[in-house]
Amino acid sequence: MSRSCKSLFVFALFLAPTVALAFDHYAGVGRQATPAEVKAWDIDVRPDFKGLPKGSGNVERGQELFEEKCASCHGSFGESNEVFTPLIGGTKPEDIKSGRVSGFLTGDIPQRTTFTKVATISTVWDYIYRAMPWTAPKSLKPDDVYAILAYFLNLAEIVPGDFTLSDKNIAEVQARMPNRNGMTTDHGMWPGPSAKKGGIGNGGVPDVKNVACMKNCKPEVQIGSTLPEYARTAHGELADQNRSFGPVRGTRTLGPEAAKKAADAGTLELATKSGCMACHGIKSKIVGPGYNEVVARYQGQPDAESRLVAKVKAGGQGVWGNVPMPPNAHLKDEDLTTLVKWILAGSK
Amino acid sequence: MGDIKQAGRLRPAPENFLSAEQITAVGSGRRDFLRKSFLAAGAALAAPLAARAADGDPDILNLPPWATSLGLPVATNPYGMPSKYESQLLRRESPGLTRVGGASVSFAPLQGLFGIITPSGLHFERHHQGWHDVDPAKHRLMINGSDPAFLKKPKVYTMDELMRLPSVSRIHFIECGANTGLEWGNVAVPTVQYTHGMLSCSEFTGVPLKLLLEDCGVDYKKARYVLAEGGDGSAMTRTIPMEMVESGEVFVAYGQNGEMLRPENGYPLRLVVPGVQGVSWVKWLRRIEVGDQPYATKDEAIHYIDLQPSGLHRQYTSIQECKSVITTPSGGQTLLSPGFFNVSGLAWSGRGRIKQVDVSFDGGINWKTARLEGPIQNKALTRFNVDWVWDGKPAILQSRAIDETGYVQPTYGQLRKVRGTKSIYHNNAIQSWKIVEGGEVSNVQVL
Repeated sequence: MSRSCKSLFVFALFLAPTVALAFDHYAGVGRQATPAEVKAWDIDVRPDFKGLPKGSGNVERGQELFEEKCASCHGSFGESNEVFTPLIGGTKPEDIKSGRVSGFLTGDIPQRTTFTKVATISTVWDYIYRAMPWTAPKSLKPDDVYAILAYFLNLAEIVPGDFTLSDKNIAEVQARMPNRNGMTTDHGMWPGPSAKKGGIGNGGVPDVKNVACMKNCKPEVQIGSTLPEYARTAHGELADQNRSFGPVRGTRTLGPEAAKKAADAGTLELATKSGCMACHGIKSKIVGPGYNEVVARYQGQPDAESRLVAKVKAGGQGVWGNVPMPPNAHLKDEDLTTLVKWILAGSK
Repeated sequence: MGDIKQAGRLRPAPENFLSAEQITAVGSGRRDFLRKSFLAAGAALAAPLAARAADGDPDILNLPPWATSLGLPVATNPYGMPSKYESQLLRRESPGLTRVGGASVSFAPLQGLFGIITPSGLHFERHHQGWHDVDPAKHRLMINGSDPAFLKKPKVYTMDELMRLPSVSRIHFIECGANTGLEWGNVAVPTVQYTHGMLSCSEFTGVPLKLLLEDCGVDYKKARYVLAEGGDGSAMTRTIPMEMVESGEVFVAYGQNGEMLRPENGYPLRLVVPGVQGVSWVKWLRRIEVGDQPYATKDEAIHYIDLQPSGLHRQYTSIQECKSVITTPSGGQTLLSPGFFNVSGLAWSGRGRIKQVDVSFDGGINWKTARLEGPIQNKALTRFNVDWVWDGKPAILQSRAIDETGYVQPTYGQLRKVRGTKSIYHNNAIQSWKIVEGGEVSNVQVL
């Protein structure tokens, strides 16, 4: 090998890592995805409609599908606030012209709905197709999605009642989206290059500037807000959300009475979940004895708790008649003890 | 203060002879435990108690059962669990925050955690359509391009294959963009679990995404954006800039704190996007697509957009800016007595390392620099501690973090001046805890 050849070879080696080394580099690891596999999973639809499947659907069909598959959560008109925040509402005909939801400018917007916020119709198409209905995601066909979206658009008064939405006209509908001009990327919280460099935002410049003053930083302390009394107790017994030892204790917010009530409610839930309440009533016999009868029988016996724990665990027959109690080996010991204590204490 | 039990403190009063647990035992008529331990000490039940109290702490003088009996054998609990005395520290929901458990949040109990690593079982949860325990043998990661020109070869990887590749292990915080979101307008929740508990920090192990994209022959010149997609029902998607991937920071993780990811945290594979809000750390990660423009997915065009006073929504706000909070003492706790305390908290920044944390005891008039526990890591939680002697008088505790870019954590007044109160996301304001005489700590906002 001549000298010049050698240096060429060395040069090529230096180049290699950036150009070719990494590609297909790991023998035995990874394989090419088949076209069918990519098609099955590559379901995203971008704002420029890349990825949008061909198809169409009209308002009428959309209403039928929506009533059948969506209305139980969203309400028949997408207005429901019961399970999720409303889809429809808060947009006005003039918003369609301006592309800005005027309620955000005037402050006259009781609740933000999907259509007050979303600027890109592709987002809604993409999301319904990939994630809806709630309990059966990815079960809708593209034509179903077009129809349901057509129904939304009609409810939001963006298209008329006889409208058919399709891959052909969706871009025209985009031009009527009420909040299409309502987004800004002029901020410093995008972790990539700035808009000036072909990316998004201002390149990471923060919008607030605090100064690390150390001494006599202000004449007085201005309290803007304190914890409302209802909020103090809305999260349960705070004493029970902290360790029982250490430098602090959880503050007792509900008092022992309410804490016991909360604990009892939890135990009743445990009893229900564990299947106890199917056969036992608190104050009445169902299949097995009522808990009041159990208490009456075991009252005053020093080993009542341990005996009952053993009985519930192993099951039994004869003490209360001929209907056998099945063994409950699946119950955790600590749950079993909690349940038995609760029963003996009157199961309130 | 009446409920606070000061077990272990040496006091002459005979009622303190019994531990809190023993008092409960007596109250409930369960005397067998007591009888046993006292008989063992050779004492009769009632009379000698007061006499012995003068000699010292009964928890010292009366040897406890664990010192005088045989303990349990190894592997009694093949997967170890916390002590039964730790049952108060749990992930909890905030009542009324959401209406569907499958699209909800559970908060990590920051008020009781130490150091910077969140125990995996207490890691906060945020699901968009419920969680599954995904079968790792059936899980696949697909990498493709929005255009065939962006990637030479779309590929599929199994877990077997991903776990053969060169791995990295790094400690990073993850914070939901909506953490502290309940507090934009006013104080709304009582404890640090609910104000700041959508925050966790783990050691994650996995494969740099850069390595996988290059294995597929990515064209970095054309593909400047990455879409990450989940394998759950919501198939959640988020856009990430290619610069972050090229830097080597972003990785697909299967390990968390030495074991596999927990199902609630994306088992068997999730994306780790250091410094960026949790929603981008896509769980049950099934697909990565490289493209040439952002995707405006549901969680970056309908949710996770920040409403500004102008009426515009900020879109693609992703970085979690510098923030801190005192966790001990914090809202909903009560100090045991005046005297010495180690005030402790957490600081973090999505822009890098924490440089300094200052703590104020007078609502922000004067500040004292806290000790940082090292090593201080990039985009990870940093624990800070500072000595304090509480004189029993009212106080307002605050912490203020500064990151390596020089950015100083802002006040509520400063944040609201720019962003108003309806932003929901990215509230990194200085948190204040007010302490009253008697020791109760509560959540207040200082402007």
